[in-house]
Amino acid sequence: MHSSLSLSFSSSTAIPRSGHSSELSCAAPPSPLNLRFCGLRREALGFSSPKRNDSCRVIVSSRGRSKKVSASVSDNGSAPKAFDYDLVIIGAGVGGHGAALHAVEKGLKTAIIEGDVVGGTCVNRGCVPSKALLAVSGRMRELQSEHHLKALGLQVSAAGYDRQGVADHANNLASKIRNNLTNSMKALGVDILTGVGTILGPQKVKYGKVGFSENVITAKNIIIATGSVPFVPKGIEVDGKTVITSDHALKLESVPDWIAIVGSGYIGLEFSDVYTALGSEVTFIEALDQLMPGFDPEIGKLAQRVLINPRKIDYHTGVFASKITPAKDGKPVRIELIDAKTKEPKDALEVDAALIATGRAPFTNGLGLENISVVTQRGFIPVDERMRVIDADGNLVPHLYCIGDANGKMMLAHAASAQGISVVEQVTGKDHVLNHLSIPAACFTHPEISMVGLTEPQAREKAEKEGFEVSVAKTSFKANTKALAENEGEGLAKLIYRPDNGEILGVHIFGLHAADLIHEASNAIALGTRIQDIKFAVHAHPTLSEVLDELFKSAKVHAHVPSPVGEPVTV
Amino acid sequence: MSQLLHLGTSFVPSSSTALRRNPTSSPAIHISGNKRTTIQAKIREIFMPALSSTMTEGKIVSWVKSEGDKLSKGESVVVVESDKADMDVETFYDGYLAAIMVEEGGVAAVGSAIALLAETEDEIAEARSKANTSPSSSSPSPAAAAAPEKAVGAPEKAAPVKAAATVTVAKMASSAHPASEGGKRIVASPYAKKLAKELNVDLGNVIGSGPMGRIVAKDVEAAAAAGVSVAAEDPKPSPSSAPVKVPASTGIELGTVVPFTTMQGAVSRNMVDSLTVPTFRVGYTISTDALDALYKKIKSKGVTMTALLAKATALALVKHPVVNSSCRDGKSFTYNSSINIAVAVAIDGGLITPVLQDADKVDIYSLSRKWKELVDKARAKQLQPHEYNTGTFTLSNLGMFGVDRFDAILPPGTGAIMAVGASEPTVVATKDGRIGMKNQMQVNVTADHRVIYGADLASFLQTLAKIIEDPKDLTF
Repeated sequence: MHSSLSLSFSSSTAIPRSGHSSELSCAAPPSPLNLRFCGLRREALGFSSPKRNDSCRVIVSSRGRSKKVSASVSDNGSAPKAFDYDLVIIGAGVGGHGAALHAVEKGLKTAIIEGDVVGGTCVNRGCVPSKALLAVSGRMRELQSEHHLKALGLQVSAAGYDRQGVADHANNLASKIRNNLTNSMKALGVDILTGVGTILGPQKVKYGKVGFSENVITAKNIIIATGSVPFVPKGIEVDGKTVITSDHALKLESVPDWIAIVGSGYIGLEFSDVYTALGSEVTFIEALDQLMPGFDPEIGKLAQRVLINPRKIDYHTGVFASKITPAKDGKPVRIELIDAKTKEPKDALEVDAALIATGRAPFTNGLGLENISVVTQRGFIPVDERMRVIDADGNLVPHLYCIGDANGKMMLAHAASAQGISVVEQVTGKDHVLNHLSIPAACFTHPEISMVGLTEPQAREKAEKEGFEVSVAKTSFKANTKALAENEGEGLAKLIYRPDNGEILGVHIFGLHAADLIHEASNAIALGTRIQDIKFAVHAHPTLSEVLDELFKSAKVHAHVPSPVGEPVTV
Repeated sequence: MSQLLHLGTSFVPSSSTALRRNPTSSPAIHISGNKRTTIQAKIREIFMPALSSTMTEGKIVSWVKSEGDKLSKGESVVVVESDKADMDVETFYDGYLAAIMVEEGGVAAVGSAIALLAETEDEIAEARSKANTSPSSSSPSPAAAAAPEKAVGAPEKAAPVKAAATVTVAKMASSAHPASEGGKRIVASPYAKKLAKELNVDLGNVIGSGPMGRIVAKDVEAAAAAGVSVAAEDPKPSPSSAPVKVPASTGIELGTVVPFTTMQGAVSRNMVDSLTVPTFRVGYTISTDALDALYKKIKSKGVTMTALLAKATALALVKHPVVNSSCRDGKSFTYNSSINIAVAVAIDGGLITPVLQDADKVDIYSLSRKWKELVDKARAKQLQPHEYNTGTFTLSNLGMFGVDRFDAILPPGTGAIMAVGASEPTVVATKDGRIGMKNQMQVNVTADHRVIYGADLASFLQTLAKIIEDPKDLTF
């Protein structure tokens, strides 16, 4: 039965297309047969004509098939169900965006719900605008470094900047990337639904703006990708002017003479780079005993020597900021410090501004998790290694996934996106487990810091437990021709590996363009490439990538026969 | 950085390491033994190793061990940064790290000693005294001169100055910062703290000029410049009207390179900074017969020539406020509310500028007393910061040496400085066609042309000449 049908009559109730019913969506001159058929189905289906005009083959010839359609729409409980969407993603940040794009590629009908702005934290209040500020700070640093310029034979008169101009650059970049993201999803046919998404029950989500009518949709699979917000410890009063979080700092509404940065992780470090380049003096407040916790200790030590000690920065370690009061009535910002261990009051600071960079807290409020009896852990949604949500009883919630900052596995934009792609692979029938140890991370200071895999202490701990040997190889940027040509010889690359089989456990780079250099190592980890294989790969000369070439070549692997890429190595 | 090296006579290459990724440096063994045969057997020097064939000097990144630590063969002692990489340096002998001769951050030439290693604990003291007395290296180290405050030998030379500086910068309730809790706490910006450490300035004695009395970098710099100059030993009594003395020329060892003292370093920095200011100069010849007569008359009442000149200058500045202004940010005039005349005083190895505050308002007798008090205080090293760093216009007088004219460098932060030459009997032709004898002195003002223009200076000098040539206003 190849005749086409027209379903050009409309009814008041809109029934979104399901996987089956969409096959009905054809347009052709009406014929009696079709009319009769449609007439029969009309009440039952309440069918509104899909607006597609492309003709297609009709496969509703069999009664059974028609019944299925009718059954799914009338929702009488008989299987199989049809859904409004194959995949609904709550949260249009980088994670949701990555998942949506991959879902479309896999042929899923996809919708994305966003209660704020497309792009999420990364694009609007995180990585993206901060890179704009760091691009400015990098250039300022170059122009201010007389010694450096002189060594290159350059002469530049005093460099200055216009704060509003810098702020505009960051803002313009964010809106440009936001538009790109929105357009890419629209172009692919992802439905962008505006409002706050709440899970009503299994495979059912409602969304809508506050004060407007709510819409309920069903989906075969749901991904939670609601991200995170800056974490502000208690006792700290954020006023958005003198006591700020990264959200405010990225708007660069002021450049204070003296700013305290609470937390010396990568957010704090990047902002210290921006502020000191623009002329501020910075005081770090770090709860742990050393600055830059989380970085490989050796890299941290070197980074401190380059990024902290010679700059207008001092620091207090091993202390909590127990109370921070914004500037008011001509009084400066007051910070009370207590000892991180004894909780004894230790010191007080009075500064012009304070930036709270103590990390980020998951944003999971209002998601309706109680409707599916999921209990968050410190706000994070518990998931298994396949990002499947685990409920209060430890059971998997079917068809529900959580990616990105909201699950807290690895709070990085690209990790969220990778997790989203992994989920889409799973729901389209291919099992996939993401190897988080292959996800690189970068801190965009000048010079940059990047890392993938384990730090040296982590690797040694693992080696002890599992009984293998660990070796470390290091190369300096001072030995790299391109780095020396740029007069940027300060830097170190470090490889942590198993000498028995050549497995790469971790790579840490501190130096010029480290963030771009790490991918050779992260790809090798992701693909299981061993050192004895990758060391034969050729790098263009002279390039910074030769730093990694040197690194791989300096590793001493005992494995005698190089094994083909991707094959397990026999030991 | 992974490579471990052994160095010098006491350090040989360890078998475990090789400079594999550093093909230019054959497994870097620094061989320097023969030169140092005089070294006593039990106390060994640790030398700056040659970590690559192109390395001429190395920077001490960090000392892994500290003085007094026991070392055993093969242990890392110090991390050295060469032109190529950072490397751990390890010892080949057991012993004690007796004395560190090049501090962290310091630079030393390849082959120069950076530390002493004692074989037994008893020899530590001996080694230390050795470190303090003998020049660290048998070959003169160019690096020592390059990094004076860190390099070998510098510490003991600098030490007395540092000590003096900390002691003598006047005691002051440190700042009016609300967080200072009455001076108990010191509020200083991160960079100010860093500078204070570098320049050996005790922040407790610095007055903050930042927001809420916070100490900022320039306060520390000012304190360093002023503090050490006061600290310099033996400030010869300055003649009241001519408070300038040649620094004693004794005790200088010829053929040596002597690092700047902290204060000389600060002066050097200030002088270089002054190059960023576009200055110009205007000179004027002023007859001083009337002033000399006045001085003779009131000298017995304790009035000094310095006070008279300061008073005359201040009265002229009242009529030309722009000459008393300064340019702080390159965009605006800062008109100072008071006229504070700073007078440059050279003291042994230093320079300080005691300030006569409100010189236009204070009468000449009080001003003279004040000047005497300031000079006494400077001699006793008790000048307080506001007494040497609040000048709005500076006077520099070299007349007592017979200098008839010179020009002065404008101190950063002020608008103008006047160089005063000697008043000398001169044959002059007068307007009525006669030739006569007059005492004349030449003055030469250096000013910041961003705020003070030629006509401003010219009319200021005209006013000043009028006041000096008819000085009745000076005594009210």
